[in-house]
Amino acid sequence: MKRKWFFLTVVFTIITVLTGCEPLTVLDPKGPQAQTQANDIMLSILLMSFIVIVVFVLLVFMLVKYRASKQSVDYEPPHIEGNAIVEAICVGIPVLIVVFLSIVSVQSNYKVEARPVGYEDKKPLVVYASTSNWKWHFSYPEENIETVNYLYIPTDRALEFKLYSYGPITSFWIPQLGGQKYAMADMVTTLHLAADAPGEFMGRNANFSGKGFAENTFNVKAMPEAKFNEWVKEVKETAKPLTEEHFNELIKPGHLGQLTFTGTHLDFSPAPEGENGGHNHGSK
Amino acid sequence: MDFFDRFAVPHPSPAIYASMVAIGLTVVAIIAGLTYFKKWGYLWREWLTTVDHKRIGIMYLISALLMLFRGGVDAIMMRAQLAVPENGLLDAQHYNEVFTTHGLVMIIFMAMPFVIAFMNFVVPLQIGARDVAFPRLNALSFWLFFMGAMLLNISFVIGGSPDSGWTSYFPLAGNEFSESVGTNYYMFALQISGLGTMITGINFITTILKMRAPGMTLMKMPMFTWSTLVTNVIIVFAFPVLTVALLMGTMDRLFATNFFTTANGGMDMLWANLFWVWGHPEVYILILPAFGIYSEVISTFARRNLYGYKSMVGSMVIISLLSFLVWTHHFFTMGQGALTNSIFSITTMAIAVPTGVKIFNWLFTLWKGKIEFTVPMLYSIGFIPIFTIGGVTGVMLGMSAADYQYHNTMFLVAHFHMVILPGVVFAMLAGLTYYWPKMFGFKLNERIGKWAFWFISINTLVTFMPMFISGLDGQARRMYTYSESTGFGIWNMISFIGAIGLAIGFALIVYNVYYSIRYSPRNIGSDPWDARSLEWATHSPVPEYNFAQVPHVNSSEAFWDSKKNGHVLYKGELEKIHMPNNSGMPFIMACIFFLWGFAFIFAMWTTVIITTIGIFACLAHRSFEQDHGRYISVREIEETEKKLRGA
Repeated sequence: MKRKWFFLTVVFTIITVLTGCEPLTVLDPKGPQAQTQANDIMLSILLMSFIVIVVFVLLVFMLVKYRASKQSVDYEPPHIEGNAIVEAICVGIPVLIVVFLSIVSVQSNYKVEARPVGYEDKKPLVVYASTSNWKWHFSYPEENIETVNYLYIPTDRALEFKLYSYGPITSFWIPQLGGQKYAMADMVTTLHLAADAPGEFMGRNANFSGKGFAENTFNVKAMPEAKFNEWVKEVKETAKPLTEEHFNELIKPGHLGQLTFTGTHLDFSPAPEGENGGHNHGSK
Repeated sequence: MDFFDRFAVPHPSPAIYASMVAIGLTVVAIIAGLTYFKKWGYLWREWLTTVDHKRIGIMYLISALLMLFRGGVDAIMMRAQLAVPENGLLDAQHYNEVFTTHGLVMIIFMAMPFVIAFMNFVVPLQIGARDVAFPRLNALSFWLFFMGAMLLNISFVIGGSPDSGWTSYFPLAGNEFSESVGTNYYMFALQISGLGTMITGINFITTILKMRAPGMTLMKMPMFTWSTLVTNVIIVFAFPVLTVALLMGTMDRLFATNFFTTANGGMDMLWANLFWVWGHPEVYILILPAFGIYSEVISTFARRNLYGYKSMVGSMVIISLLSFLVWTHHFFTMGQGALTNSIFSITTMAIAVPTGVKIFNWLFTLWKGKIEFTVPMLYSIGFIPIFTIGGVTGVMLGMSAADYQYHNTMFLVAHFHMVILPGVVFAMLAGLTYYWPKMFGFKLNERIGKWAFWFISINTLVTFMPMFISGLDGQARRMYTYSESTGFGIWNMISFIGAIGLAIGFALIVYNVYYSIRYSPRNIGSDPWDARSLEWATHSPVPEYNFAQVPHVNSSEAFWDSKKNGHVLYKGELEKIHMPNNSGMPFIMACIFFLWGFAFIFAMWTTVIITTIGIFACLAHRSFEQDHGRYISVREIEETEKKLRGA
């Protein structure tokens, strides 16, 4: 175990130096899900480097030892069929590696698809995140507020994002908190995240969605829960209510700055889940 | 004027007007040239109507090379746009069109015809056949592919190019979000060329199963023929899915159905599934023939038989099966849940095992060999390390939880370029250099070829390795610009420099062709590489009938055995040879298909009806036509053989 961490540190350092001292976003996790993913990434980079090195060494050995210029003119290479043992090794070792990675992969799958480890005790904060060309709308149903193109979240509390889209398929991605998930028009997908510490993060739509795709980003700010509650209170006191008419204006194609409202669009334009889903065939 | 408005490009720019003028001038120059040199008859008799697999192969090759440069220009434009932050070279709309056509052109209209070019040219020779099983269908395949390619290529001057990515995900590709005819072009260009590919699949399965030389059992087929057989089986299973998906997409766009819309019960996720049920096997359709070429080249220049023939065949068959069981890994992030993702994660990583077997077999083919570093061999050796990097990153992407972080980023872009470039493009360049003397009777210059190899292989790394890093740093793919504060600038600049290096490498290949046509020695015999399989047992260039007598085969390296172990290839007397007649019908029919597609794209219904009738008329004509081919007499064969032997 110690050795593994040693290697991880070495590789991590190399990558860090390579990128001019700032760690790569994905490898600089600020939440448990991103941590799981970063661990998987580092582990697989290590294992795969081993395979790459084996292939390189074998190749260089063959090329140096068996090149024509090193052999006598009348050397005739022998006829060699396969060898069962050699081929069994060539199958066996990759199989072992794949089995090992499969186990890791399956475990991580269940981790990232559930409430983050260590955050089970508190009720998660539910945020409905939806896109329209080319904006993000964040609805906080419990707090009854809504923002556009920015996201405030409490630390030390699980976050449950409900994703959907008013248009093309988009993908909700905050690399430092965890991997992405699609937002689609006819169903709601769920992404479990959490932030370990306060900070500001980059969030964006990662799935190509047309002309304004490059600028389809949002800012994320994580803060202690008390501060978050203060912010909610402030919004409720100062922001204007979101009307259906105004919302229909907002979702027209284009770009917007950061906006804040009281109330959410969920009341008059509900998320496509349950009986509002695109594939609800009459059952409730 | 309303009628003509629809043909206008919706987002014109000086570059597009310049291309219009350039295309116009080129067409005029070609027509004038053909007329001036009185080559119309030659063109029609020898090329447009040919059913000869070798000539069709060469036409595929030329089309592939042309499309390589078209796609390459797209690539340079993209890298130039992203080289510095906030660049204004291309606007969002143009960038979207450029990366869409880059993907389409490179996969469908460059890699596919390149691969099929070698299938056409090499397979009948390798199995000792006179042609493919259905020569006229083969010509139709080519012309359908060609017309599909032309249809896509006129899109950027007439009506506008597709702009929703080569994956064309709905609802983005639907009428609501893609109003221009671009996506219609996508649907019909792919449909028409896909039809051609489907026919190729049936043709080559039949050819390989029914037309092998006496003595060539399945397990005595050369490896390239094996790879072609497996590939065409994949084609026959995968392409109908694309056909259906495109048909549904077309219906949505032109006839207001709701297969992939988000209203009225349509399902956008269905397109993604259907697309990748075809799309993932498609990857193996490209890579398996490339593996076949590497097997031929490595064993020739290691001067040894291929190590582990049986496991080579076995691994290809397993890859072909697994290729249909992994499509979901293209959208792990669609929210299928942990169980589905786990299953597809495991099947995906499992493909690494048979692929690894192949890599190790090639390495062991070098063992105890006598390795000569010719240009085709350099590409094959360069392929191994670069492809290994690309391949292992594929395993990383296969870990679905981690894929949430790689998906839609430059990491993914780096991965698939690092497998497709060394995997497919290197193989095609190896094959081009290797088979060039068989096609044209002289070698490409080795010195220039080596320069080109080093430029291309080093710059493959320079271009794509930085993308792994910028991907992990959070750069999403398909962004037309980024701000300076993201810190992506340096990596994209390195990529741009690499892209220029790649362009120089490909330019060197063009120069090499020119140089070799002028200066290469012509008296190189029919077996310049001291090769091992049957295609080298006949003359270069190959006579129309391929082999004067049908060769007899005892092993997968029959020609080598005839050279070294006293195996007798040709037994008995010369006999007259039955050959198919040329026909203009495939070309004419494909031209009608072109019009048919064009009419559909612009919803010109009268033309659609007329051309549809035309297509059926062509089919009917073929059904009632009596054409039993012709015979080449023994005297003619003797004369040709004498001439070729003397040359």
